[in-house]
Amino acid sequence: MKPVLHNTSTDLPVLLPFRPGATTWDARDWAGLATSKRFGLALALVLISWLLIDTAYAQMVGAQGQTVWETIVKWTPLMFLGPEGEFGGFVLNIVVSFIAMALGTFLGLWLGLGQVSPNRFIRRTSWAITQLFRNSPWLVLLFYFMLLIPFFIRVGDTRIEISGWAKATFALSLPIMANVSEIVRGSIASIPTGQWDSAESLAFSRSQTLWRIILPQCIKRMIPPWMNWYCILTMSTPLVSILGVNDGMTLTQDALAAEGRSEYLIPMYLWLMSWFFIYSYPIALLTRKLENRFAVNQ
Amino acid sequence: MTDTWTPDQPIISIKDVHKSFGNLEVLKGITFDVMKGEVVCVIGPSGSGKSTLIRCINALNEIQSGSIKVEGLEVNSPNLDKLELRKKVGMVFQQYNLFPHKTALENVMMAPVLVLKQEPAQVEKRARALISKVRLEGKENAYPGELSGGQQQRVAIARSLAMNPDVMLFDEVTAALDPETVKEVLVTIKDLAAEGMTCILVTHEMGFAREIADHIYFTDRGVIVEHGPPATFFKKAKDPRTREFLSQIL
Repeated sequence: MKPVLHNTSTDLPVLLPFRPGATTWDARDWAGLATSKRFGLALALVLISWLLIDTAYAQMVGAQGQTVWETIVKWTPLMFLGPEGEFGGFVLNIVVSFIAMALGTFLGLWLGLGQVSPNRFIRRTSWAITQLFRNSPWLVLLFYFMLLIPFFIRVGDTRIEISGWAKATFALSLPIMANVSEIVRGSIASIPTGQWDSAESLAFSRSQTLWRIILPQCIKRMIPPWMNWYCILTMSTPLVSILGVNDGMTLTQDALAAEGRSEYLIPMYLWLMSWFFIYSYPIALLTRKLENRFAVNQ
Repeated sequence: MTDTWTPDQPIISIKDVHKSFGNLEVLKGITFDVMKGEVVCVIGPSGSGKSTLIRCINALNEIQSGSIKVEGLEVNSPNLDKLELRKKVGMVFQQYNLFPHKTALENVMMAPVLVLKQEPAQVEKRARALISKVRLEGKENAYPGELSGGQQQRVAIARSLAMNPDVMLFDEVTAALDPETVKEVLVTIKDLAAEGMTCILVTHEMGFAREIADHIYFTDRGVIVEHGPPATFFKKAKDPRTREFLSQIL
């Protein structure tokens, strides 16, 4: 009834065992995060560089009646929310990241459990699937599933359209699935085998041991790397623009095409970039905070 | 088989047990019996197979040949009812192995509630009684990380007792402890032995073994070299290997 480990080496950041009880999580941590000097500094840097560029461009193009700032304000609703009455823009990036993460986590949990299954066939298959999607370029996966999944499916007389963003979300969830699978396998492997011994000597079944004793101890170890993958996923969502999905990136390109002026390129992309930054950086900070917290509680 | 066992027969009967890890033969034909209420200590140098032997009694390790019977239940059988075996046999480990995400009380209650499906309210009552029996009143809601090694080990003993075993196995339970907390664990084991619990201890505490054991087995390189009641074992060891080991330890 030992955990069956296909391969015990891992390139994941492995947390040392923690002791619960000493850890309490409260609202002050969030307050502490908001006032974090690092976050403020980084944000200030982005704003200052943006302002400098804006001023420079405003001087350059000001004579022609429209400043960079005015242009940005004009296109912001489109870039952020998408075309009126449609789903798109930066909001689409965030929604895609949520759904792909949820789906990838769900599938990855089972795949990771498959990797420690006592059944050799399940173990090998799970390992192979994990390695396949972990080592494939995300963009290739996106193209592949864009072409593989049909435009619509027929259920009886109803025709169900499958939109591009749904296909893209599914494709993006696959590398997340594979990496979550590795996180799950790695954290199960990091639990001392004595836990399995004592559970077994107390007559727990294998599934009881896994769900009641091993996995609850794994959750804290899994959260920081899992959040890390969420940041990576969010930053990768603009890849879907290559496939023609109306995400923030596509619409920024559209806006630039409509303006037809190359001097807007840098400030407009910087504007879009700052949204991703403002969204992702606090998550990255929180991840690091959690990692430190668990590392301290030895 | 189980039905035919009566208390006047050995509660544990080990016959010609062989166990290998790959090409390494760890147990080379071990045979001994333990009667109900007896306290048996297994001593010997590191790597002599002591821990492996008691892990085999609990079916944590499989054996290659021979027979281990616990109250008539054959452990070396593909049809072994592991639940039945583990209800009879409790085990305590060197590294305590408490569940770190559960409090002391929850650790003790978990197996009876989840495995034996007993009424939680009654289990809690018994669990509290067991915790005070190991002298840890007031620590019911402490997490293992907040307890000292000796306290954790006593919770581990209470956790095993909660399954109402007939036999307790102790695998070098004081080896990882600070000298000052060893005593509190030994006192707990002594209480158990005094109540008539059948105990098999793998230990390096010679003084304790001499005090508590009814019978001592000395193992070296996978065989029982010598055995006997403590009085004769410690004073009149015949085998040169035993004498050498004792002279190093005592």
